[in-house]
Amino acid sequence: MDLSAINPVLLIASLMVAATPILLAAIGELVAEKSGVLNLGVEGMMITGAICGFVAAVETGSPALGFAFAALGGAALALLFGLLTQYLMSNQVATGLGLTLFGLGLSALIGQDYVGIKAPATPRLDLPVLSDLPVLGRILFSHDLMVYLSLVLVAAVWAGLKYSRAGLILRAVGENHEAAHALGYKVIRIRLMAIAFGGACAGLGGAYLSLIRVPQWTEGMTEGAGWIALAIVVFASWRPWRVLLGAYLFGGITVLQLNLQAAGAAIPVEYLSMSPYLITILVLVIMSAGRARAALNAPASLGRVFHASN
Amino acid sequence: MIRLEKRPTPSRFWAGFTPVLAVLATMVAGAILFAALGKDPLESIRTIFWDPLFHENFAAYSRPQLLVKAGPLILIAIGLSLGFRAGIWNIGAEGQYIMGAICGAGAGLAFHPSESFLIFPLMVVAGALGGWAWAMIPAVLKTRFGTNEILVSLMLVYVAENILASVSSGLLRNPEGMGFPGSRNLQQWAAAANPELIAGTGMHWGVVTAFIAVIFAYVLLNRHMLGFQIRLTGQSPRAARFAGVNPTRLILICLGLSGALAGAAGLFEVAGPAGQISIDFGSGYGFTAIIVAFLGRLHPVGILLAGLLMALTYIGGELAQLMLGLPSAAIQLFQGMLLFFLLAMDMFSNYRIRIGKPEVA
Repeated sequence: MDLSAINPVLLIASLMVAATPILLAAIGELVAEKSGVLNLGVEGMMITGAICGFVAAVETGSPALGFAFAALGGAALALLFGLLTQYLMSNQVATGLGLTLFGLGLSALIGQDYVGIKAPATPRLDLPVLSDLPVLGRILFSHDLMVYLSLVLVAAVWAGLKYSRAGLILRAVGENHEAAHALGYKVIRIRLMAIAFGGACAGLGGAYLSLIRVPQWTEGMTEGAGWIALAIVVFASWRPWRVLLGAYLFGGITVLQLNLQAAGAAIPVEYLSMSPYLITILVLVIMSAGRARAALNAPASLGRVFHASN
Repeated sequence: MIRLEKRPTPSRFWAGFTPVLAVLATMVAGAILFAALGKDPLESIRTIFWDPLFHENFAAYSRPQLLVKAGPLILIAIGLSLGFRAGIWNIGAEGQYIMGAICGAGAGLAFHPSESFLIFPLMVVAGALGGWAWAMIPAVLKTRFGTNEILVSLMLVYVAENILASVSSGLLRNPEGMGFPGSRNLQQWAAAANPELIAGTGMHWGVVTAFIAVIFAYVLLNRHMLGFQIRLTGQSPRAARFAGVNPTRLILICLGLSGALAGAAGLFEVAGPAGQISIDFGSGYGFTAIIVAFLGRLHPVGILLAGLLMALTYIGGELAQLMLGLPSAAIQLFQGMLLFFLLAMDMFSNYRIRIGKPEVA
């Protein structure tokens, strides 16, 4: 094994790329969960976003349009979940699982003619002086725009939830939907918006996989990224900055194990590929062991059905 | 104005009728989908639901397949339904299914080429234990640390898939297989094979076990204290605690049982229809079984019928792929739609639709 083949600068740069899809999906799910909705269909929305974005980008030749369509596709699927859970009051856990199965089937159907095609390239940021800086240039100033957008999104969600009136209302709905309803807030409408936002973010995350990270379409290509995003929201105990930390931590592990595979580590490939999932479990255990702390921050109405009796 | 009024107790009529309605709605939506794909909708629906059973040329081949596919689905779904009823969400049955197959096949292959009649029973026990142990991971983590069992059981599916890839090209690889990945073929080794018991029916030991599991679950839920505790916990966890139900014990039992049944299903599959451990052994039964459990209303008899119906869509889907060139993903989507329609129509059993102005209290 040749560890010197692993370049730390490239490692950090590719860590950010590996973390971005999960970061996007997780920050969207965080907003949905803050409004009191547990949407377990992140995986389904991600893969739908991946194929919608891929098809749109291949057909138009524009990755930007691809991302726009991915967000729309993810949001549309999320609204289906919203319709079922908010208006028809179905069980959120079961509906979320259904959404994942449905999304996997839908994406496979749409994508059957797009296997083996390469996505149009997304340009990377290239600032005249900054991008050429020795170490920082590669890490900070030469990514594609989506990496920066995901960071902006985290900051926006953090500030929005903490300081804006809309964020306050969203949190009120998530903490106690009956009280929010009594105060005259439209619980269902607010939740639908949060669900759609979560879906759009998951869609963007999926498209990041199919358009930039891989960049190709293969059936079931998200490989559990949506579930890992869900785990990261728990890990972050519903705090936006911790989502960023969790996603980058996870991205780091993914990139490191890929680098170890490439460097020819003595550990068999299969054991390296399962490490991200094992570490996710480990992190979940550590987080929930301090349950008193984590549970304090979980939205109190999370996963509960709201039915206005009058 | 339309509004919904919560029923004091769920309607029994609607609970039984919604699955039928959901299947019909899925057929209509499916027909529209198939028409959009440029296939004759009526012919597609007939190919999926009618031809596998009654077509003069294909039925002889596809009718036995019905039990072959329904067996594992029913066996896994019965286990899952116990947990789902108590609000314990094991969605990693696919991983337990794979681990059961690996452990069972491994236990058998350790004794190759013995012809002892004990080999097959040993494999069944090892398979069930493998699935049980895999399900115990989320169970123990949940009871010990309060970790979310949904996420852990699902993560373990990906771990199991990697272990499957590893053993099929390493530990369990057929030494006479000229270096190709995949284990020895268990079908060709009489002591370990899970053969068709009655020729032309598709009945094998896994199907027999599935039928026994249906009866067992029915008795458990209706005539046994544990079944009562499961139902009580699902309806009101707080009331259950006051009634002296031990939640830790219930979690361990529900996850353990569903894991053991999924593991056994994996073993019956690997020793029977699949024949060997190979990289593509995991076929999604563990996930489809979730749909089967809900379609069967988490009721043992319902699951039996739902498993048969879902098996029919598998076989019919393959037939439609062959005859009409319908993509296999369309069937996957079709199955997903079924779950959606079902969940949407659940509203009818829990709520009453009122039209008109609300009365002033």
